[in-house]
Amino acid sequence: MHMADALVSPAVGGTMWAVTGGLIAFSARHLKAELDERKVPLMGVLGAFIFSAQMINFSIPGTGSSGHLGGGMILSILLGPHAAFLTIASVVTVQALFFADGGLLALGCNIFNMGFFPCFIAYPFIYKKVVGAHATQGRILTGAILSALFGLQLGAFSVVLETRCSHVSELPFSLFVVLMQPIHLAIGFVEGLVTSAVVTTVWKARPELIDTVASGQPMGSFPTKKLVVGLALVTLLTGGVFSWFASSHPDGLEWAMLHTSGKEAIDGPADSAHDAAGKIQEKTAILPDYEFKTGTGGEESEELFGTSVAGLAGAVITLVLVGVTGLVLRARVDRKPKP
Amino acid sequence: MATIESALLDIGGFDILAAQDTAVHRRDPRAKVLTALAFILTVVSYDKYDLSGLIPLFVYPVALMAVGNLPPGYLLGKLLFASPFALIIGIFNPLLDRSTVLQVGPVLISGGWVSYASILLRFSLTLSAALILVSTTGFNSVCLALERMKAPKSLTVQFMLLYRYIFVLASEASRMYKAWTLRSAMHKRMPMRIFVSLVGQLLLRALERAQRIHMAMLSRGFDGEIHRLRPLQFGKTDLCFVLGWCSFFLLARGLNLPQMLGEAVIGIMQ
Repeated sequence: MHMADALVSPAVGGTMWAVTGGLIAFSARHLKAELDERKVPLMGVLGAFIFSAQMINFSIPGTGSSGHLGGGMILSILLGPHAAFLTIASVVTVQALFFADGGLLALGCNIFNMGFFPCFIAYPFIYKKVVGAHATQGRILTGAILSALFGLQLGAFSVVLETRCSHVSELPFSLFVVLMQPIHLAIGFVEGLVTSAVVTTVWKARPELIDTVASGQPMGSFPTKKLVVGLALVTLLTGGVFSWFASSHPDGLEWAMLHTSGKEAIDGPADSAHDAAGKIQEKTAILPDYEFKTGTGGEESEELFGTSVAGLAGAVITLVLVGVTGLVLRARVDRKPKP
Repeated sequence: MATIESALLDIGGFDILAAQDTAVHRRDPRAKVLTALAFILTVVSYDKYDLSGLIPLFVYPVALMAVGNLPPGYLLGKLLFASPFALIIGIFNPLLDRSTVLQVGPVLISGGWVSYASILLRFSLTLSAALILVSTTGFNSVCLALERMKAPKSLTVQFMLLYRYIFVLASEASRMYKAWTLRSAMHKRMPMRIFVSLVGQLLLRALERAQRIHMAMLSRGFDGEIHRLRPLQFGKTDLCFVLGWCSFFLLARGLNLPQMLGEAVIGIMQ
């Protein structure tokens, strides 16, 4: 589910950086206020655990394929949403820096897609509601499966929206949705099964670990409204600023538009959501900005041809120059005596 | 399984590269983080059909690799194996966008292929920037830079602990996996039931380890901060590094240098 830098536009990447940065600051402040900073070593070790566990593949029963752990829900259950979000942020960052999964610009998007939905949506609104104060094996199973399903569906949809708003890929909105959602339904189900089994193992061996987190974060103190309002403001503000800067680019505007229409859709009946999605798709499918002169002949196409040959020749020459620069620099460095 | 060990080797390899002492390695980590971010922003701000304009930007990774004494083949191999997502999603561009934008002799090239090539160029530029950042700076220094740039302390300290314990826990996981592999010649892949109990055990051990570590840290006076022996210093050279690269990025972004060069060469030839 990692998005790559190359598919993200600066407006979308920047906006998601701002949103994720805000969430990180919010979570860090919450940890400080709750005196939960002593969780920091635990977070580091659990992050390393998730990282290691992700590298072990297992076979998915009934299919020939194999899967691996995502881990967002396990972290939320063991650490609570705020600490879990910070931990996921660091795991995703390490993956981006060392394994080139995603990239630096898309990092905001990736942390948001993989961290926000499990920690701040699925955990408080589904898992906590289902499991309640007194965990049982059945409740953990139901809660984990439902929340993993829901969290992954939202995350996958968010990937689709961010890619669509970035306008780099030509993949139509509807096709992308059809590709992404069902596969993540299956992934979510397996993720839920594994999560519940791992959590149950811990719960049986060390019940106090799970119960302290469950009692330590009562739902009443969870400032969801503030969080959602803050997020919406940050999104609108940065989206607006970026779209103003990149006014010749359609991305920023459409990004902002999408957000306003998305908001309407939440308030209104289901039909309007469908309409909004339809409109966005219609708008993006035609690609009005990129019209090409497909006609042959005429001065214009000759001119276009001229510039593209010059561009091609220039590109090749520049590439050679870059290579030569590298060789010269390397040779100079090599000649220096090693300390 | 091979991938845990190779992943650890990879991460360790970055540490070896980052421990060198070259003109790039000596720059302040903040300077390198800022320049890498400016570079990535420049790369992605290009129009999606721009190909030639992106080429001059290769100077940045090539120069840093040369001066920073990084093995190009190693980084290139990482790029090739990284993130198939971009390659797969991008491949739809040539299928969906068939309008002709370029003609080389008898061959017509569609906009989709141009934008796909552009995606691949950007992909290699931005990812190599990230890889070069860690292999010339080292993860801990990147964390310190982030902390100085006002990232929350609980995040940066946690980053460093995560980085430290990846080596411990991943080698533990790989030992457990190896033990299972040696005892189960019949299975090609681990059944989910076994995976769950293995990971559960790993998790319990990790939790106990975390508690021990925390107590040990507390008894040595840990107050939520990690101190560094040598303080970071942002000097004149660092400022020149940032400003120099940023002005180059702006120049390359503003003027299509290869286009101008190509026109000049064709003009001379005519």
